[in-house]
Amino acid sequence: MISENSEVILSVRDLTAEVEGTPILKGLNLEVKAGEIHAIMGPNGSGKSTFSKVLAGHPAYRVTGGTVLFRGQNLLEWEPDERAKSGVFLAFQYPLEIPGVSNLDFLRVAYNSKRQHEGLEELDAFDFDDLVQQKLDVVKMNPAFLSRSVNEGFSGGEKKRNEILQMALLEPKLGILDETDSGLDIDALRIVAGGVNQLSHANNAIVLITHYQRLLDYIVPDYVHVMEAGRIITTGGKELALELESRGYDWVREEEAAEVAR
Amino acid sequence: MSATVQNLVNQPYKYGFITQIESDTVPRGLSEDTIRLISAKKEEPEFMLEFRLRAYRQWLKMTEPNWQNASYPAIDYQDIIYYSAPKVKEKKKSLEEVDPELLETFEKLGIPLSEQKRLSNVAVDAIFDSVSVATTFKEKLAKDGVIFCSISEAVREYPELVKKYLGSVVPVGDNYFAALNSAVFSDGSFVYIPKDTCCPMELSTYFRINNGDSGQFERTLIIAEAGSSVSYLEGCTAPMYDTNQLHAAVVELVALDNAEIKYSTVQNWYAGDANGKGGIYNFVTKRGLCQGVNSKISWTQVETGSAITWKYPSCVLVGDNSVGEFYSVALTNHYQQADTGTKMVHIGKNTRSTIISKGISAGKSKNSYRGLVKIGPKAQGARNYSQCDSMLIGDNAQANTFPYIQVQNNLGKVEHEASTSKIGEDQLFYFSQRGISAEDAISMMISGFCKDVFNQLPMEFAVEADRLLSLKLEGSVG
Repeated sequence: MISENSEVILSVRDLTAEVEGTPILKGLNLEVKAGEIHAIMGPNGSGKSTFSKVLAGHPAYRVTGGTVLFRGQNLLEWEPDERAKSGVFLAFQYPLEIPGVSNLDFLRVAYNSKRQHEGLEELDAFDFDDLVQQKLDVVKMNPAFLSRSVNEGFSGGEKKRNEILQMALLEPKLGILDETDSGLDIDALRIVAGGVNQLSHANNAIVLITHYQRLLDYIVPDYVHVMEAGRIITTGGKELALELESRGYDWVREEEAAEVAR
Repeated sequence: MSATVQNLVNQPYKYGFITQIESDTVPRGLSEDTIRLISAKKEEPEFMLEFRLRAYRQWLKMTEPNWQNASYPAIDYQDIIYYSAPKVKEKKKSLEEVDPELLETFEKLGIPLSEQKRLSNVAVDAIFDSVSVATTFKEKLAKDGVIFCSISEAVREYPELVKKYLGSVVPVGDNYFAALNSAVFSDGSFVYIPKDTCCPMELSTYFRINNGDSGQFERTLIIAEAGSSVSYLEGCTAPMYDTNQLHAAVVELVALDNAEIKYSTVQNWYAGDANGKGGIYNFVTKRGLCQGVNSKISWTQVETGSAITWKYPSCVLVGDNSVGEFYSVALTNHYQQADTGTKMVHIGKNTRSTIISKGISAGKSKNSYRGLVKIGPKAQGARNYSQCDSMLIGDNAQANTFPYIQVQNNLGKVEHEASTSKIGEDQLFYFSQRGISAEDAISMMISGFCKDVFNQLPMEFAVEADRLLSLKLEGSVG
């Protein structure tokens, strides 16, 4: 769904960031427009997850340089909850368990804080219940999960489905999925991918962070980026992912080295 | 601990104001003369003075215990004022005659004493320093034969009841602080529920320490006759002083056949400042005696204040099939120290007890659960279930659990569960990534954690307790 005239959702220029004094991102550039799906691949330790956390504003990561514009505004100035309410959503690689807080309450408070941010009236418990019932279909989730504590005792697949349920409710402008495929069996993978496909449309953008090509069999990206040592070193179409699958990352590294030499 | 969490738990104390009022105090220090003076000021009958002196003589022979998991400098018992009362011209006959300054104080604390503004269906006994200044709804309660008054009044008006029950659950020489209390106690509440009566309203005592150098030694006695029931709540606050004040109360409950007593506490004494300076030492002895068959005593406590909290509301289950319950939330922050829990002593057959304890530790505080479950040789079929959960906020707080279990017959059943969880940066980040502020996140997690206990509080106070915990942990996000 690539269109020249689409709104630029995310524009990252020369981004550098560190965690506990160790530089991880070393000049990252990326532009994401509405209606696009981007996949970021790369070996362990290349900085993919760091990138997602920096976008979401995790306090342990410090931005040392560069700019990040979200729909034309300086994202880095905002607190994490402000980013979330403005439409940046991160599906966690390891969703946290919150004992004692029911999933339904958690979803309702999250949903209403976004409504409030948008100047809309909060939904009461009954209206919200109706809304959430519809959204459950997106990830084929059993309503019983709503009354359980957030992610507590959920299997890996259930946790990931719960993340996508939250995304379905919050309808972000930018959905960043950090290794959402990890730890999923093939059925769960299909359900989660199906959910993401339903949520992807012309007015929002999705960034998938993944190790494996297999997720991309179900969610077809418009662009595939390869990350290495804190930068995006190459970008291609969905064929690139297949190429990586068969030839490994070394091949990209060599290509890039040759590029630099020239 | 991250700056965010740090700021969240640094909420100023709302009730720290001091009321300017003329006080009638006795000189500092403790001696037989002080005790005689207190007894004389209260116009007590002879038996009461003897009770006090007996306790004092025992106390002199005792040494201050030091086994709790808390540390504090030595207390100088000769530097404490043992009696402090707001000066009154004459005895008050009705609320309208109570010093407006006092009424205003309680109003500011959210405890309106004028009956028009009263909390619906709650009768209040308001205690200011050493004396009870007002008790609401006395006449209405009297219609059902319920006696609700200050203990001083009970000593004068109902000496035979006081004589029979005072010290029957917590003997004068029970422990160091109970002995001290028995010698010098100044006021407190007295409740008597006659046979087969269900007390028509919630009873409540509100304790306020105002004088900076006085200790508070109140004494509460609740008697539920056969087939009766009552729900009682106490609330506590104190101004901010940078010296420590001693609060050593004794509470005794007696439940006869088929009687039920529900005792709830929301304790918010001044806890000292962020550096641990000042605050109340809350060293309290609370014990309930399930004397009759099928009787039930239930303790619910929400402990948020005091520099040091040291108390174990206990149940002695003598009557067959009697039930003891203990539900507790203890929140500590900064340099607060809490060593609290319960004792369930099973003596009768088929006695049952439940312990649900929730400890929340933030800042550099120490929070310990200490509990004893004892199943005696004749307590066949006795059962206990204990659950002790701790929640740590940040990296510098401590949580400890010290369960003691003694089983003296092989037909008893004791279960103990414990868990520890932590509110850390990552959970808060998860909430904030969903657009939920750190304040709301902490408040949701704390409410969830405390749900099992708050559900036990009388409705009016459950909301209050939830709000109190949120307040304690609320603040600007840094």
